[in-house]
This record gives sequence, structure tokens and C-alpha cells, in this order.
Amino acid sequence: MNVPDDLFYTATHEWLRQEGENARVGITDHAQAELTDVVYVELPKVGAHAEAGGQIAVVESVKAASDIYAPVKGTVVEVNRALEGNPALINTDPFGDGWIFVLKMDAPNDVKQLKDAAAYRNAIG
Amino acid sequence: MSDPAQKKTPLYNEHVRLGAKMIPFGDWIMPVQYSSILDEHRAVRNSAGVFDISHMGQLVTAGPAAGAWLNEMLTNNTEKLEVGTGQYTFLLNESGGIIDDLIVYRTAPEEFLLVVNAARTDEDFTWLERHRPNNVSLSNRSADYGGLAIQGPRVVDLFHVILGDNVDLPPRNAIVDLLRNGRQFLIARTGYTGEDGVEVFFPAKDATRVWKEVLDKGKAFDIRPCGLGARDTLRLEMCYPLNGSDLSPEHNPIEAGLGFFVDLKKTKFIGREEMAKAKEGGVTSRLVPFRMKSKGPPPRPHYSVWRDGEQIGEVTSGTLSPSLNEGIGMAYIAAPHARADTEIEVEIRGQRFLATIEKKPLYKKS
Repeated sequence: MNVPDDLFYTATHEWLRQEGENARVGITDHAQAELTDVVYVELPKVGAHAEAGGQIAVVESVKAASDIYAPVKGTVVEVNRALEGNPALINTDPFGDGWIFVLKMDAPNDVKQLKDAAAYRNAIG
Repeated sequence: MSDPAQKKTPLYNEHVRLGAKMIPFGDWIMPVQYSSILDEHRAVRNSAGVFDISHMGQLVTAGPAAGAWLNEMLTNNTEKLEVGTGQYTFLLNESGGIIDDLIVYRTAPEEFLLVVNAARTDEDFTWLERHRPNNVSLSNRSADYGGLAIQGPRVVDLFHVILGDNVDLPPRNAIVDLLRNGRQFLIARTGYTGEDGVEVFFPAKDATRVWKEVLDKGKAFDIRPCGLGARDTLRLEMCYPLNGSDLSPEHNPIEAGLGFFVDLKKTKFIGREEMAKAKEGGVTSRLVPFRMKSKGPPPRPHYSVWRDGEQIGEVTSGTLSPSLNEGIGMAYIAAPHARADTEIEVEIRGQRFLATIEKKPLYKKS
């Protein structure tokens, strides 16, 4: 299972890429493999504010709807509109074109509370 | 996570070996998918798929009075069954609620096989046993049989490769008892997918051998092992009801739109009075298929259904249709609104999305 070294991770299988004060967020390769066949993504609204661990988006597979949580607190500044036409990008490129939203972090230091790649690899066995 | 109460089919190890994702299904642990529900669904629509249905129940009843007794227990008319044929039917409680939906086959002049839902097998058996007269025998043979549903447009060709060109498959809804190399096979031309195909039952000890032979010889026909996920999307496109979701003791077959399988010409069967009332006096709600009007989140069970600001029903089954690439489902709707072409709204996470009530089936082969 692919777990890139340059990202931060949550226990709920989101990844976060720090881009200065911003954080790009998606779900991990492990998460997409568990879900399989993503058929719909409910994106957050630009301008919405999220607390760390707050429910912010929904990813739906054929079988079920799964909540996506904000890894850190911040304000949504960008969402991946490409997922509206092609939700399967989450399956085919979870760490790239399958990103879901970008947060402007309230406190960029919050990323230090997340797992690094080694810790996430341990968590998923 | 492992629950000792979970029952495994004789093919459990084969599913794990193929990397299936296993989930609890009633008392059972079953494969929900091997690779992708969408791919498995398409395999059945375009070529062939094989499902483990060993969890399904088999009840056998026999005796000179077995047919007459079954006719008082089931809604359809067993007298219409010739040896080797089957029919879809219901087991009702006294108030007309559905205990189970099943297929009953006449396997000999005085012997019947009931193929019932896994989660209802014990309940069905207890209910039937409670009503059984002394001159009729009843046995629960579920543990003795393994079963496969092999479904798709290329299944008939596959079967000729497996059984030889000189063996004919039974016609739709019929069943044959076949001895091959000294091993017994019950082959029924039935299914739950809307495609041509068979459901095959055999002694549980032969399960792995049959499964491997079907997958091996099926390679030439692009067969795929398929899980409960694809089974659900395939049946929902056809509007075949799922017991426990669309059918329950709270609803009767008339409400479920399945009155065709209730024979009111019979003078006596459990639930008959309620069925007659429902057919004459009407029902308060009806199970209808619907289709979402726009690309949006797929409908799911228990979502509420609205019209003109009033809640008129609840979704019982819903998914994204892999064939139509649209959200589809079934819902119990207040009877005055339960008409094809009626516009409804399905509430999903606080937002309402337009849908249209459709006619069965939701998917038609082009």
C-alpha cells in the first residue's frame, strides 16, 4: 500500500500535504482500497470553517457513504471540482488528482499533531 | 473482530484466497466484493459471474399431503407445479406480513424443495414445523448443500462446456436433478440478477471442486467471482425485492407490488383474509421503484421521501446503478402518490433531491 513519506496522516485515513499556510487534503490509498468504486463526493463549501476532526465532506462508494474529517482546523479555500464529474479519481490517484479540498490552516503548527508516514504505516498494519 | 457465532460457507477459504472483502450478513460471513462491485456487476451483465449462495436455506417436505399442506402455508398455488418446476411464493404470518419470500420446487410427485433466505431459514423452519401435520415430513437440509448462482449471457455456453453438449439446461423456473460422475447436482434455471443463468445446489463437501471447475472453465467466458455488493446492485436494477429491506412482517405482498404471487382463488392459506382485504380495499402504502433525476448522491435505505413539503414515504433500497450510472432505489410511498411518473424528493443529509417514480424494471437490456 502506497504511503508517501512527505505527507501527514490521520487515524481516520485522510492525508494532508502542507503547502505553506495551506493544507491539501484527500483520503489515503488504503482508504480508497477499502471503499473501492467511489461514485460520489460531496465537497465542502469554499469559506466553510472546520474544527480538527470535524465532519467536512462525504465520499460514497456503491455500498455506503463515508464521512471525511478535517485533519486540522481551518477554512476551506479550494475544492476539487474535477471529482464532481469523475469521482473515481479518488481510486485511481488518491494522493494526486484525487485530492478533495484545501484548507487555510488556523495554526499551521497543528500538523505536528498528525501521524507521519511511519506511524500511519504502523496503524494500517 | 472475529465473531464465533458467524457461520462460514464451505467456500470461505476460497473467498479469502481470492482476496475477497468479507462482511457479516445475518449470521454469516460472506464476500461483499472481490475486486470491484462495478466490475463484478458488469461481468454479469456482459458475460458471466459466479456467486456463492451456500448460505441460502433448503427445506424439504414430503408425503401424500405435502402439496395440500404447502398450499395452506404459501400464497402461490403449488397445485400448478409439475414435477421439476418451481414458483416464487410467500410465507405469511396471520396478519399477512411477510415472513419470507422463497422459491418452491416440486422435486417429486409428493416432495417439495423450498429455497429460502439465509437469514430466515430457522424462522421458516420453526413456523412450518409448528403448523406441520403428522402425515407430512419436514427437514432442514441447509447444512447439507452448497450452492452457486452462475449468471450472465454466456452462462448457457459455459454450461455446455462443463456438462457436455448433450445435456440441456432446464427451462426458466424449472429444476433438474443431475447425477454427474456419481455426484448429485440440482440445477435450477433461476436467478436474482435479471440475466439468464442457473442456481446450482450440490453436497457441501463438493463445493470447492465445483467452484474451481466453474471458475476454471469460465475463464474462456470472462467469468468473475461476484460478491453480495454486485448481487444487490443487479437485483435492484431489476426491482427484485430484498427480504429484510424491502420485505418484512410490517408489509404484505400486495403493498410490495407482488400480488401476482398471491393466489386468492385458493380458499385457505395463512394470511388469506388480510390479502383479500388488501386486494379489494386497497393498501395505505406501496413499494415503488424510483430513479434520481440528476447526478447527485445515491439514495440509501431509510432516507425520507417527500412531495409538496409532506413526507410520503421511506427508501428501503438504494444505490448507484452501475448500468444506468444514476441513483436508483425502491421506497414505500403513501398509496395516493405511488404512481409511475410521479415526481418525488429524496432527502439526503438535509437536502432534497428530485426523483421520479418508475415502472419495473429500472434496467432493461437494450
